[in-house]
Amino acid sequence: METLPQATIPSARFHVAVQAEDFDLQAEMRTLSAGDRGIGAITSFVGLVRDLNLADDVVAMELEHYPGMTEKALIRIAEEAAVRWPLHGVSIIHRVGKLYPGDAIVLVLVASAHRHAAFEANAFIMDFLKTRAPFWKKEWTPEGPRWVDARETDYSAAARWHKVVSEQYGNDEHD
Amino acid sequence: MQVTLLYFARLRERFGMAEEQLSLPEGIQTVAGLIAHLAARGDVWAEELAGERVYRVALDQEMADFSAQLHHGAEVAVFPPVTGG
Repeated sequence: METLPQATIPSARFHVAVQAEDFDLQAEMRTLSAGDRGIGAITSFVGLVRDLNLADDVVAMELEHYPGMTEKALIRIAEEAAVRWPLHGVSIIHRVGKLYPGDAIVLVLVASAHRHAAFEANAFIMDFLKTRAPFWKKEWTPEGPRWVDARETDYSAAARWHKVVSEQYGNDEHD
Repeated sequence: MQVTLLYFARLRERFGMAEEQLSLPEGIQTVAGLIAHLAARGDVWAEELAGERVYRVALDQEMADFSAQLHHGAEVAVFPPVTGG
């Protein structure tokens, strides 16, 4: 991501957390929207642990991260989104430790006056989280553990935003 | 120059350590110089850092490229491409 001028970052509310515990979608939504009646839309993305990845059965997933850098990277990604879309708030929660198929692994909430900004910023945040936030997945299969390799498609998904955003949207309000 | 090195995920397991303090020889000023210094240890260090394996480097908790300048007390992390989300 290119460096953005600090002065253009609006006063959106950012909340990031890295935790072993599960999260409560309703409670996080209430926290994000509390006291702000200008919010017209909140989009939520919840990532789940799949039981199938490629060919093998995944029994469990183990998430490692870089304490300190992870939180900074997540805040930076939220700020980058708030520069591009008119946002009222962003909440990102990523779980670490041992997780099992069906478990929630990541939550991204984006609040805005308008739905388009909330939808697009949410997808933007997930694309950059997958390429910029220092998390690593280890899959446990019946044959033993193995580290998950990064996928090229994650990088092309993040790269597309440079084009899309510069062509269609500034930081102006749109609906 | 003294730096703190951190290793994560596959690299942590391969190197058999999560962290080390290192006094760099005179002349090493950049991330590239540091990586070459580590790769010169041979064995898994050369395999992971000087072969075809892909890795990333963060300097003081920001993604950095090979030309980034080191400083005394720097925190340098070496890790595989990230796979969260």
